[in-house]
Amino acid sequence: MSTKPKVATTSLAGCFGCHMSLLDIDDRILKLIELVDFNKSPINDIKKFTDRCLVGIIEGGCSNEENVHVLQDFRKHCDVIIALGDCATMGGLPAMRNHVPLKECLEEAYLKGPTVYNPGGKVPGDAELPLILDKVYPCQEVVKVDLFLPGCPPPADTIWQALVALLNNKPLELPYELIKYD
Amino acid sequence: MKQEDKTLIQDICARFNRDRTRMMDVLIEAQRALGYLSSDVIDAIAEALAIARVEVESAASFYAFFSQKPRGKFVIRLCNDIIDKLKGVDRVASALREQLGIDFGQTTDDDLFSLEWTSCIGMCDQAPAALINDKIVTRLSSDSIREIVRSLKEHGDFSKLKLALGSGNNSHPLVRSVVDNNLLQRGAVIFAPSEPSQALGKALAMSPTEVIRSIKTSRLRGRGGAGFPTGMKWEFARNATGDARYVLCNADEGEPGTFKDRVILTEAADLMFEGMTIAGYAIGSEQGILYLRGEYAYLRAFLEDVLAQRRSKGLLGDNVGGKAGFNFDIRIQLGAGAYICGEETALISSCEGLRGDPKTRPPFPAQKGYLDMPSIVNNVETFCCVTRILDKGAGWFAAIGTTGSAGTKLFSVSGDCERPGVYELAFGVTLAELLKIVGAEDAIAVQVGGASGRMVNPSEYGKKLCFDELATGGSIMVFGPGRDVIKVARAFMEFFCEESCGYCTPCRVGNRLLKQGLERFIRGMAEPSDIEYLEQLGKTVKTMSRCGLGQTSANPVLSTLQSFRSEYERRVVKNTSGLQPSFDIVKALRDSETIVKRKSVHVGH
Ligand SMILES: Cc1cc2nc3c(=O)[nH]c(=O)nc-3n(C[C@H](O)[C@H](O)[C@H](O)COP(=O)(O)O)c2cc1C
Ligand code: SF4
Ligand code: SF4
Ligand code: FES
Repeated sequence: MSTKPKVATTSLAGCFGCHMSLLDIDDRILKLIELVDFNKSPINDIKKFTDRCLVGIIEGGCSNEENVHVLQDFRKHCDVIIALGDCATMGGLPAMRNHVPLKECLEEAYLKGPTVYNPGGKVPGDAELPLILDKVYPCQEVVKVDLFLPGCPPPADTIWQALVALLNNKPLELPYELIKYD
Repeated sequence: MKQEDKTLIQDICARFNRDRTRMMDVLIEAQRALGYLSSDVIDAIAEALAIARVEVESAASFYAFFSQKPRGKFVIRLCNDIIDKLKGVDRVASALREQLGIDFGQTTDDDLFSLEWTSCIGMCDQAPAALINDKIVTRLSSDSIREIVRSLKEHGDFSKLKLALGSGNNSHPLVRSVVDNNLLQRGAVIFAPSEPSQALGKALAMSPTEVIRSIKTSRLRGRGGAGFPTGMKWEFARNATGDARYVLCNADEGEPGTFKDRVILTEAADLMFEGMTIAGYAIGSEQGILYLRGEYAYLRAFLEDVLAQRRSKGLLGDNVGGKAGFNFDIRIQLGAGAYICGEETALISSCEGLRGDPKTRPPFPAQKGYLDMPSIVNNVETFCCVTRILDKGAGWFAAIGTTGSAGTKLFSVSGDCERPGVYELAFGVTLAELLKIVGAEDAIAVQVGGASGRMVNPSEYGKKLCFDELATGGSIMVFGPGRDVIKVARAFMEFFCEESCGYCTPCRVGNRLLKQGLERFIRGMAEPSDIEYLEQLGKTVKTMSRCGLGQTSANPVLSTLQSFRSEYERRVVKNTSGLQPSFDIVKALRDSETIVKRKSVHVGH
């Protein structure tokens, strides 16, 4: 069995933009798979943890109960949790709903919005669907997070350098351009 | 909008010469006349002053005492700062909720009462206290507040309430307030007997630069908190170029636990106005402004009367004190419930009719202050010292106190002590000596310098109260056995969250995070790394904030971490799961479960 460190990734309440940015490291992805094995991740479509991982990369905050379970599962299986991107670190765009009570949000989306067609007149509540949380929680309000990489999304170079530093047990030194967002 | 209301607004604006820098007065008068600042009122003001609506709205929305929603005939604002909490404000609040059937932030259906919380109103020595419109009620209990509300319901007239008037000028016909002075010790400078106008006469016989030199020789430092040398500030302003200069007196007194300026305003207003006049002469100014916090509006008529008397005696107006060519007058600018307006540049913004946002410094007010002209801002007590220095001499003043801190200081002491009140003592008195005088020798902790000051533990009680050791603008809050310093720190953080102007992120967001961090300790959900987290976050807020509020707001956390570290350490629990104990999924799902009418299939059931 491979002795390479293992990495898992997931997208919670995010837009997959952070994952796209991860793929944006271009041909360095080949180097990355030399360095690490990917465990649970949408990149390889492994759905369940099969082993303990060194790094868990989280995109997005928690908007529903499933997000919470996945995040807690990551915490259990990963030594280091990285909150990747603004949604994971601060809630990001989805957290804009935090200013509006959940009831009003759902009514606008499913009942009252000008483009809504919903003859049943009900907010979807099927048991298959995870329940929505009262607000969007950034990751560190749910589990302990070890590292934060801000940005929407963080540039590929930022992600690359962070991973390389972490895998080599070196301090992370990011040039100003990679952490400046205005 | 009714035409008569529109005319009324136009009249108010005309009274202030349609001058947009008098926006505070316009808004205060408009609200007084029409109850609240509706959207129509804001439009009408914008039209009358010929400015954009957003300029009116930005000021109207900033100040706690302005309302853009209808409110009751009586707005009851109960102080919920720490001293009132110690003195049982919760019971008063419950009685109010129960009797009126509304919560804080609401208005009764008959439009008679609104309930609001407010930050320290400067009545800490007679807490719990509240404002009812612009009148003060103190020493409240659940019974007394019930009786007040019952009577107001019956006759709707505050002046008919049977309340015993307070000491000294609080019983003056123009004040008629229940407030007590509790002036428990008079010292050599502020509350010593003195001959009125002697100082002004002596000053006018000197040249302005000689007056400034005298202030410098006295080594007077500002009494508002920061302790800047007064003479130096005046010299900067005198030497700065400008077509006009201004003297601003800071009577915002918003630092929790500070109420000594209130006693000066009540008992020694002449001393303060005389000091402002001397300052006007010294820096070459013709106009002074007393910035009076909205909470002290009950003193306004009285203070206007003092000013009128000074005018009729020739102590204000043209050729003041008979000095040909020295013209100086003072106007009162009322605030509207914003702690940040005590910060000198925010105070200037407010006097200019803007939101009370601090300005970027430099330039400092002495170069570019009110209306962009050289201005000095000094505390009420500082101006009183000026008068006494000119009267009794710089050497006399410098001989009182310590080398670095000349003169006396007014201390306003509140909390767990036998004799809360105002004490004038020479600088250099130790905290232990003060605690003995006020009857608080069993204090387990003392907050020196208000919410933005620091929490001192008993091992430091031997330190001196002065600029170089334990500095304070006057606030001394005492905490007796059984009090929890982390809860006290949280109360201070609530204050800062409420009072941050919101301009810069470290203060707006950082203070909230600090408060949440303290909550984890209080709820037993903190882990060892939270101590370091609070320390780092506190330092970030302190170093990255734009003005003095954010630069000091982390002090309650940082100073308790330093002086009461074991209080934090004994509450941490090691967390091995990596899950945040503060995250409550059952609560987070409750709304959803009600809306879709089913239980979570995963959680807690
Ligand atoms: C947030 C904040 C609030 C302040 N509140 C007051 C106040 O209520 N009264 C006061 O005299 N100074 C207050 N100050 C200090 C003033 O900015 C200023 O330093 C002082 O008025 C100068 O007068 P002094 O030199 O006579 O002390 C405050 C400062 C800050 C940062
Ligand atoms: S941080 Fe930006 S890119 Fe990443 S998930 Fe959120 S919205 Fe998408
Ligand atoms: S530090 Fe706070 S009060 Fe000062 S400007 Fe920033 S947000 Fe406003
Ligand atoms: S009046 Fe309530 S704390 Fe000062």
